[in-house]
Amino acid sequence: MRCTVKPATLVLAYGNPSRGDDALAPLLLEALARAPIGDEVELLTDFQLQIEHVLDLEGRQRIVFVDAALRGAEPFCFTQITAEPDATLSTHALSPGALLAVFRTHFGFTAPPCHLLAIRGYAFELGDGLSAGAQRNLDAARTALLHWLTPVTNTQVARA
Amino acid sequence: MSPVSKNLETAANPGALRRVAIDPLSRVEGHGKVTILVDDANRIHQVRLHIVEFRGFERFIVGRPYWEVPVMVQRLCGICPVSHHLAASKAMDIVVGAGRLTAAAEKLRRLMHYGQILQSHALHFFHLASPDLLFGFDSDLSRRNIVGVAEAHPETARHGILLRKFGQEVIRITAGKRVHGTGSIPGGVNKAMTIAERDLLLKDIYEIIGWSRDAVALAKKLHHQNPALYNSFGAVRSKILSLVGPDGAMDLYDGVLRIRDENGAIMFDGIEYSQYLEHIEEEVKPWSYMKFPYLRALGADKGWYRVGPLSRVQNCDLIPTPLAEIERREFMDYSGAMPLHAPLAFHWARMIEMLHAAETIKDLLHDPAILSNDLVKRGARASQGVGVIEAPRGTLIHHYGVDENDLVTMCNLIVSTTHNNQVMNEAVREVARRYLDGREISEGLLNHIEVAIRAFDPCLSCATHALGKMPLAVELRSLDGELIDSRTRD
Repeated sequence: MRCTVKPATLVLAYGNPSRGDDALAPLLLEALARAPIGDEVELLTDFQLQIEHVLDLEGRQRIVFVDAALRGAEPFCFTQITAEPDATLSTHALSPGALLAVFRTHFGFTAPPCHLLAIRGYAFELGDGLSAGAQRNLDAARTALLHWLTPVTNTQVARA
Repeated sequence: MSPVSKNLETAANPGALRRVAIDPLSRVEGHGKVTILVDDANRIHQVRLHIVEFRGFERFIVGRPYWEVPVMVQRLCGICPVSHHLAASKAMDIVVGAGRLTAAAEKLRRLMHYGQILQSHALHFFHLASPDLLFGFDSDLSRRNIVGVAEAHPETARHGILLRKFGQEVIRITAGKRVHGTGSIPGGVNKAMTIAERDLLLKDIYEIIGWSRDAVALAKKLHHQNPALYNSFGAVRSKILSLVGPDGAMDLYDGVLRIRDENGAIMFDGIEYSQYLEHIEEEVKPWSYMKFPYLRALGADKGWYRVGPLSRVQNCDLIPTPLAEIERREFMDYSGAMPLHAPLAFHWARMIEMLHAAETIKDLLHDPAILSNDLVKRGARASQGVGVIEAPRGTLIHHYGVDENDLVTMCNLIVSTTHNNQVMNEAVREVARRYLDGREISEGLLNHIEVAIRAFDPCLSCATHALGKMPLAVELRSLDGELIDSRTRD
């Protein structure tokens, strides 16, 4: 629990790979793992966001959350997000904004700059594979995120 | 008690009543809802907790190779994947003829399991339950969450996060990954622990034990501060069921089934869990997707029971770690000659188990067997396997059939929330009788219903959480569907 150095950029993807298009975020992470993103980007995946993830956010220069979206723009929506203590604070699955609110109260300062990459999905049934539309959106999101990650240098940041 | 209805499961004249729904419930895993039928004077006629759980998952498993199952079942749930991973592994141990594992494999699996118990109990107490317990059931809604706790009680909230994180680290090291771990396989485990990994966990374990003791003290203090509430809120007398070790000690990984009656007397003991179908039957009711298990010997009306921390702490003869055993004895002294049946006592029992988990992790980390590379056993193949484990929320049963082509032909799962279906419904009805009957229904009063359910920490298992999928809504409707009032939180 006391690691000292972390990659500057964190990509935190969440979703259930067995529920159709809910696999979008984990699949994007798998694609990034095969790409030449360098040591300065850390890739993490989980089923859903929880309070302990604030410890993963600390000590970064920038963070990207990746999730499947039931509604919203196609092929994806990429927005900057800030702390927002919404209703998911009282659930097992926090929204990124709620997680940032927990971060702020836990550490006493604001989290590093954060974006949400919401990839549009269409079907979320248990046992389904990725839908054709979601596959197209995944390809577009992968290209865009790789482009966004490119300028990162090899900076490593020290953790308190 | 309402003069108009006694058991509140089914109203005599539902067509004439208004319907209040809490849909979905908050601070429980997955989706569930409560519907309440009230008349014009707000008298309660019917209360039902409906849960959608594991629909189709058993069919999803059938046809897959058996060795995939311990990994696949983790996708049942984003909260307790490790419990499913281990229960499925235990069932498949039988299929591959490895009923008794090597010492290293069993201890590494136990380490993984107690890591899961620790992180799950920490999440529930600090994140989900403590806002109600520290601020009050009908306190300011905007403050009744983990951020509110962190602002008012920063050390408590901080410990919650760090306890949770430590449990996740134990899982990461023993399962190989933070999620979708592959550490446990049919017949054993696939990875020994290194000295560096062990030392990483040892570095923090004594602090973890200290924080766990603090958590027991907090849960106990809350109980002692308001015994009138904590001893009676939603209390429903029921049988209790759990695994216990062969010596009657608490054992959350393996053992035999023991059942006590409402007064704490042992009714059945030493039942091999492979024989569960001889003792447990499941009733289907038309208004809920979730079945209602009961003891065959007693029938559906009298045979329902409760599982989980409150049952386990009162069902065992001792806890085999010293600090948790001291706390168990104090708990048992407090409850006196009769078992405590109050849902709020779950929190105290859950923290005793969290302390036990922390102590067990410490003991296992000091055991040289976890560094051994003797990890897998095989024997004569079997066509069926049953695996049972005490998951954080209670007894978890996995049962599989496997054919000669190694494909799963049958799958039956009974999870802890299903075991608790009837007792949770009864607890909700008890709260409705006492707090809602005849009163104007407010958010605070509806939260009383949720507090009772939340004490059981039900896992409604619906890990799809895509954006826009989890609104929280309370609706007041007439029975013909007319919306009278609503409140929604996106």
